[in-house]
Amino acid sequence: MLDCGMHMGFNDDRRFPDFSYITQNGRLTDFLDCVIISHFHLDHCGALPYFSEMVGYDGPIYMTPPTQAICPILLEDYRKIAVDKKGEANFFTSQMIKDCMKKVVAVHLHQTVQVDDELEIKAYYAGHVLGAAMFQIKVGSESVVYTGDYNMTPDRHLGAAWIDRCRPNLLITESTYATTIRDSKRCRERDFLKKVHETVERGGKVLIPVFALGRAQELCILLETFWERMNLKAPIYFSTGLTEKANHYYKLFITWTNQKIRKTFVQRNMFEFKHIKAFDRAFADNPGPMVVFATPGMLHAGQSLQIFRKWAGNEKNMVIMPGYCVQGTVGHKILSGQRKLEMEGRQVLEVKMQVEYMSFSAHADAKGIMQLIGQAEPEHVLLVHGEAKKMEFLKQKIEQEFRVNCYMPANGETVTLPTSPSIPVGISLGLLKREMAQGLLPDAKKPRLLQGTLIMKDSNFRLVSSEQALKELGLAEHQLRFTCRVHLHDARKEQETVMRVYSHLKSILKDHCVQHLPDGSVTVESILIQAAAHSEDPGTKVLLVSWTYQDEELGSYLTSLLKKGLPQAPS
Amino acid sequence: MKLYCLSGHPTLPCNVLKFKSTTIMLDCGLDMTSTLNFLPLPLVQSPRLSNLPSWSLKDGNAFLDKELKECSGHVFVDSVPEFCLPETELIDLSTVDVILISNYHCMMALPYITEHTGFTGTVYATEPTLQIGRLLMEELVNFIERVPKAQSASFWKNKDVQRLLPSPLKDAVEVSTWRRCYSMQEVNSALSKIQLVGYSQKIELFGAVQVTPLSSGYALGSSNWVIQSHYEKVSYVSGSSLLTTHPQPMDQASLKNSDVLILTGLTQIPTANPDGMVGEFCSNLALTVRNGGNVLVPCYPSGVIYDLLECLYQYIDSAGLSNVPFYFISPVANSSLEFSQIFAEWLCHNKQTKVYLPEPPFPHAELIQTNKLKHYPSIHGDFSNDFRQPCVVFTGHPSLRFGDVVHFLELWGKSSLNTVIFTEPDFSYLEALAPYQPLAMKCIYCPIDTRLNFIQVSNLLKEVQPLHVVCPEQYTQPPPTQSHRMDLMIDCQPPAMSYHRAEVLALPFKRRYEKIEIMPELADSLVPIEIKPGISLATVSAVLHTKDNKHVLQPPPRPTQPTSGKKRKRVSDDIPDCKVLKPLLSGSIPVEQFVQTLEKHGFSDIKVEDTAKGHIVLLQEAETLIQIEEDSTHIICDSDEMLRVRLRDLVLKFLQKF
Repeated sequence: MLDCGMHMGFNDDRRFPDFSYITQNGRLTDFLDCVIISHFHLDHCGALPYFSEMVGYDGPIYMTPPTQAICPILLEDYRKIAVDKKGEANFFTSQMIKDCMKKVVAVHLHQTVQVDDELEIKAYYAGHVLGAAMFQIKVGSESVVYTGDYNMTPDRHLGAAWIDRCRPNLLITESTYATTIRDSKRCRERDFLKKVHETVERGGKVLIPVFALGRAQELCILLETFWERMNLKAPIYFSTGLTEKANHYYKLFITWTNQKIRKTFVQRNMFEFKHIKAFDRAFADNPGPMVVFATPGMLHAGQSLQIFRKWAGNEKNMVIMPGYCVQGTVGHKILSGQRKLEMEGRQVLEVKMQVEYMSFSAHADAKGIMQLIGQAEPEHVLLVHGEAKKMEFLKQKIEQEFRVNCYMPANGETVTLPTSPSIPVGISLGLLKREMAQGLLPDAKKPRLLQGTLIMKDSNFRLVSSEQALKELGLAEHQLRFTCRVHLHDARKEQETVMRVYSHLKSILKDHCVQHLPDGSVTVESILIQAAAHSEDPGTKVLLVSWTYQDEELGSYLTSLLKKGLPQAPS
Repeated sequence: MKLYCLSGHPTLPCNVLKFKSTTIMLDCGLDMTSTLNFLPLPLVQSPRLSNLPSWSLKDGNAFLDKELKECSGHVFVDSVPEFCLPETELIDLSTVDVILISNYHCMMALPYITEHTGFTGTVYATEPTLQIGRLLMEELVNFIERVPKAQSASFWKNKDVQRLLPSPLKDAVEVSTWRRCYSMQEVNSALSKIQLVGYSQKIELFGAVQVTPLSSGYALGSSNWVIQSHYEKVSYVSGSSLLTTHPQPMDQASLKNSDVLILTGLTQIPTANPDGMVGEFCSNLALTVRNGGNVLVPCYPSGVIYDLLECLYQYIDSAGLSNVPFYFISPVANSSLEFSQIFAEWLCHNKQTKVYLPEPPFPHAELIQTNKLKHYPSIHGDFSNDFRQPCVVFTGHPSLRFGDVVHFLELWGKSSLNTVIFTEPDFSYLEALAPYQPLAMKCIYCPIDTRLNFIQVSNLLKEVQPLHVVCPEQYTQPPPTQSHRMDLMIDCQPPAMSYHRAEVLALPFKRRYEKIEIMPELADSLVPIEIKPGISLATVSAVLHTKDNKHVLQPPPRPTQPTSGKKRKRVSDDIPDCKVLKPLLSGSIPVEQFVQTLEKHGFSDIKVEDTAKGHIVLLQEAETLIQIEEDSTHIICDSDEMLRVRLRDLVLKFLQKF
């Protein structure tokens, strides 16, 4: 099972995946070999404790170490908002999160993990967020690559996704920005800073709803350096206690960030911020400009929503949405232009503050998706994690450019892909070397044929020479030999007839080894030709052509050739 | 398969393995024990060292005056220290395809190999190995370059001169290959050739061989390597440990079923127990400090020092040492301490779980925060202001020939209150101290070498069961100083093959099979026949394609239909290709059934005669004779091709094809 996410837009059953698609009766553990989590965002791991502890799954769950570290914290955060703040019942508990995390096995980049005798998985760097990974899933020579969410351009704290030319049968890729070709990162950053700066200059407050880990750190690095350069004084706050902890994770998992940060971390750790301070709930009512990073990112609950309610009425203020918002969330509503929001308790909130969207979420854009397909060279592509209309466009583009089949199944739909794997067998080195030595000069017209016997015993397949196969099985060779009598009209002595046969064959069979032996016989390769006098007719000679079944074709050819008679000897 | 052995030092190996079509260098260790023959490089002008008397030959010839100095009966070379390189002449090193590094101590000769031999391949190492290896090299270059020494002695190396010198100079080996230290530029260039790998990552080399690093448990990022093709497996075990210190535990299971296991890097102090040594280290340290003395610990900037700091962290409060300053002095001290905290994935389980909290995995972070441990790039600068005594100083280099340690030995050597504690096992402490004699300072020797001892090796070999073991010659006999200890050698069956420097070993290895892939279209056309219960056979006739060392069998091309046209056929077009052989036959022909079959196919007038070995079937009308014996059939007929083919096919019905 690839990822186990939750839907942010729902508060009922639809929030979690419908696991009855996997099995209606019977344990999930019997149906799944393993679960792979690509990164710590809740739309990829939010249903994990529900799945493993409430529905019931005891098999292995694979994720990278940063995901393993951060995932339980976000799950706990999410649980608190759902249960403690909204009072939802029938939700997973803290203990369930802990029990679920005990089933996790850490996977390191490029490490090949043997899940069982056949199945192996391998993680590749995906950018996107700290610890995000793409996974190659392989059985024998067949493989699937699942990208999770990825980013093909390095940003201020993460590197770019990378995969080798692994030629999977199927590439399952996200397609969040299936139709977007984003302008250069630098422009977006300048835009973002300009907007924040302008708002602060005119005394307004800027709210940036973020998830505690990921985009937040990138934007913090951006604002920190800007504040430093412009010598700005307006305070920047980061909400919740998660911040410091989050930055700590970035410091300890610095090997997962980009080259530049890794190189300089001994001199200066980019995740130690001077200008950014912890936020206190009371600060929201302070007069004067400020910038606040608050969680969660889609304004669907928690502190960011509280601050939004306080500031929404003032047109001097601004909210900047730096990432994608799922349908149903307040974030999605205000981004689609809604200015009157119905809140809990039938209250209507009028939004006068400026609403800005800045695509900072680190997904690959259409160009990036095409780039990844080019890198991996898959046989088929399957699009997920996107909107149907946009996917349709990308699907066509992929099919045109790469001439591969592209699929975009809806929820509940099954896609079946045909594959034709080749069969690995062991060839005896003697046979292979013999063939390779003879096949050094390839002849396009007459390709060499390798002859051998495939011995199949259980799952052990070996290709050996026919002689060896007979020997191994303790069987004797049965020799089948043919001797044909060919009558020739020739009154000369036998020796002379033989000479004529020899020179005739020699002139025709230029590529073959034709020999005249001292005992008076002629050989063509291993075919023996002898001449004898006819018992009754002295003007006729009898040629005995003798060959084994292995030389069948040449033997048959020689008899018919000799039957046509010999050319007249030049006198 | 051949193994070229380029190093004589069992813990600093350098071997080249030729396997299938690849040439793989396993480690490139640099033997630094050669530096013990040189005078120390003092950071601050040392009157004692500069006033040492010259040593000259007995015949009064004085040309060695400038090169050799005498100190307490030992003779030293007064020159820039030099290192003993791996053999470079035994094999053309430009043909090496890849270099596999097992840990940061075993890569110190890398710049000599990659920069000066025409090497154009790739080096594989884990990230901690690269980063800490870089720190070790940086420190070494820094130690040597910051004390420029004009003199580079070479007269003494002359063979005729060397044999007249006193021991140990007289017995020093391969002196002509000794080289001065590389530069930082060479280090950077060498390290840029490293490609990073993770444990259990499968790396394909030219499609012929797969190499995989496995955790070896000895140091951060240290690895053993498995080198395998589909049918052969060589394990390279170098610097492994079964003790639980900070690194990830050793992966033993993946070494199973090796055809050959190359075993290097065992403990250099097989008689010492590392745990006991750590205890002794702590108690001696405490004793000295309580008596008002200073403690000097010569060490590398990474590795055991992390464990020592962790022990001290737990020990200092209970031992009442909370107010004693601990100094760690190295040009890379800060980097080493910082790097140790970011390699969570390479640490043992306990330390990994700390990172999930999130807390730094090593407690030295807290020692630094509370100012109990301070680190400095050198004794110059800030350190001279902060320096308080009594104190504990960790500094390099363990050879005592260069680095800040030279200064502290000169400074503290005269007082018996002070103690020097040797923990690194790479250098004999008596030899290391020789140029400082006479010395009043106390010397404690507690070498901590966590690598495998002979009991652990014997258990490991029982566990992983390699067919053959290959190891340095030092491991096949007891150590020279303890020749009665028959337990201090490798004991396995069959006996281990041993090697020495500059030897070429032919490994006992017979390759029999190679992987080949049968294309699905060809596989579909195969017709297996069950020949014995559970064993099926299929004759295969296919076209062999080989590309990038991968072999593929494709279906034979369809015979091209002769084009109907007036085009004149050439005689040679008809000649069959003799290289296309028919399959072999097996089985025997039951005469009675064969005759019945003949009759069924319209042959009459059949006569059967018995012979000594079988039967003769006569078709009198057709003047044809068929000799049938147990293992052969001979059809003798006139040149009636139709008849012959009919008979042939009837005979074949009774036989199996191979």
